Amino acid sequence: MITPSDEPTASAPRADAVAAALAQAHRSEWAFVLSATVRVAGDLDLAEECAQEAYVSALQAWNRDGIPHRPGAWLTTAARNRALDRVRRDGTFRRKLPLLVEAVTVDANDSTDPDRPDAAVPDDRLRLVFTCCHPTLAPEARVALTLRLVCGVPTSDIARAFLVSEPTMAARITRAKKKISAARIPYRMPDRAELPERLDSALTVVHLLFSTGHTAGDGDALVREELCDAALHLARTLAELLPERAETRGLLGLLLLTDARRATRTDEHGRLLLLADQDRTRWDQRAILEGLTVTAGALASGPPGRFTLQAAIAGVHAIAPSVEATDWPRVVHLYDLLLDVWNTPVVALNRAAAVAFADGPAAALPLLDELATDPRLVDYPYLHATRGDLLRRLGDNAGATRSYRQAMELTANAAERAFLEQRLAEVGSAAGTENGRSPEPTVRDFF
Amino acid sequence: MTQYAILIYDDPTVYETMSPEAWAALVDAHSTFTQQVFALGGSLAGGAALAPTTTATSVKGGSTVTDGPFVETKEALGGFYLVEARDLDHAIEIAKLCPAPGGGVEVRPVVDPTANPY
Repeated sequence: MITPSDEPTASAPRADAVAAALAQAHRSEWAFVLSATVRVAGDLDLAEECAQEAYVSALQAWNRDGIPHRPGAWLTTAARNRALDRVRRDGTFRRKLPLLVEAVTVDANDSTDPDRPDAAVPDDRLRLVFTCCHPTLAPEARVALTLRLVCGVPTSDIARAFLVSEPTMAARITRAKKKISAARIPYRMPDRAELPERLDSALTVVHLLFSTGHTAGDGDALVREELCDAALHLARTLAELLPERAETRGLLGLLLLTDARRATRTDEHGRLLLLADQDRTRWDQRAILEGLTVTAGALASGPPGRFTLQAAIAGVHAIAPSVEATDWPRVVHLYDLLLDVWNTPVVALNRAAAVAFADGPAAALPLLDELATDPRLVDYPYLHATRGDLLRRLGDNAGATRSYRQAMELTANAAERAFLEQRLAEVGSAAGTENGRSPEPTVRDFF
Repeated sequence: MTQYAILIYDDPTVYETMSPEAWAALVDAHSTFTQQVFALGGSLAGGAALAPTTTATSVKGGSTVTDGPFVETKEALGGFYLVEARDLDHAIEIAKLCPAPGGGVEVRPVVDPTANPY
């Protein structure tokens, strides 16, 4: 049976206090509990089962004995004891299964001391992240596994966030876990040589989580908030655990600076608001300050990577009093640096949009025309939306209408469609007037 | 250690148009590879080079016998190695060195048939 070592703080606590402590422990300690249990269980499924059982048993135990001083340590001990029981009981059977962890430490003298989470846990949590973000897993599986295993998000919520049915998402997660076990994807830290590539894969997953949550419109708003929070928590954890890798801080800075605009991303009808239309006084100044500090630290740590440079760009926007008063030449310069380390058509498109503000729409139009020939951008709605904006600002309402229509055909996001419809109406009604130029510029922020 | 099959998928035309010197170099490359497997801490449990798919005969459903490979693809299975590696990362490190001039390789874990892996 479970005999957690922690002494209770008080007897007979209030049930709602226990429920709150448990919810808090799930948010902040799930990865810690699970990752420490995987070492004992040697298998993700068993570890997950034991961790879930530990949370269930905690409800009763904490109601009876009080909330422990260190809920994470209590839960870890409970989960690991369950895993030890199961491994011993099923010993013969389990020996036939491929074990995830080299030399599984199934003894009480395990080097991981659950009572000293600060000393022992970081490695385990990183192991879990790097396993879930392993490059041999399909990208969508990495995202789903990270949410499920590292963040403890229920499969039903993950399914809703990615707009697939729950059985589809469950199958995706099961398939990935099966591959980890059958193909023996190791539960370990990448070595020095592998770390940059593996870290990039992990950071990309966290960024994708955040972007999915941050893109307004389709889906459940609460689930999307949950994704943003989970991504921020993960980015924070990675920056804490691997501070020597500047890109971890770059990603945290990028997420903080982007998340500072969360409240102003949409209007009261859920319609997407562009940077130009957002009420900058409602941006979260605390998040901006922290984001700028973290980003400055990352920038000072040597040649900046792609997340650090994107954070720096977000930082320029965050401190600008308005779109017009933004330091656009600096934004263009940062995009130039970004293209050097991460040459993708989407980055080039964003750079062209920045050039339109730094040097005028006429200077950016040829850049877009060139990008339009890239097959990777053919189905990309932002290319057409940006082109529509440039043409609108140049007074070519007919051209702008064509481009907005093309963008409309390519986006499924309700908020984005509503925005494009509004733009279409503007260029449509302006077409007959003498001066069709709309004074206010449009900015797409792609983060 | 776990066994992995390294399946070599190549475009046969690469071999059809290969000069004798290039062929000799390829044979050397495979012999170097077999040494590299051990140098990397793995070991070799087997392997074979296969004759072109033009020599293949397929038997479907236990009765229908047809000329040609089971599935027609641009890159065809041309040979395989059976290696022993610590984990998938180790197997991939090994697989990256496997010569496959007309395509690439696929890494598949080998299973213990006493349990259904599906």
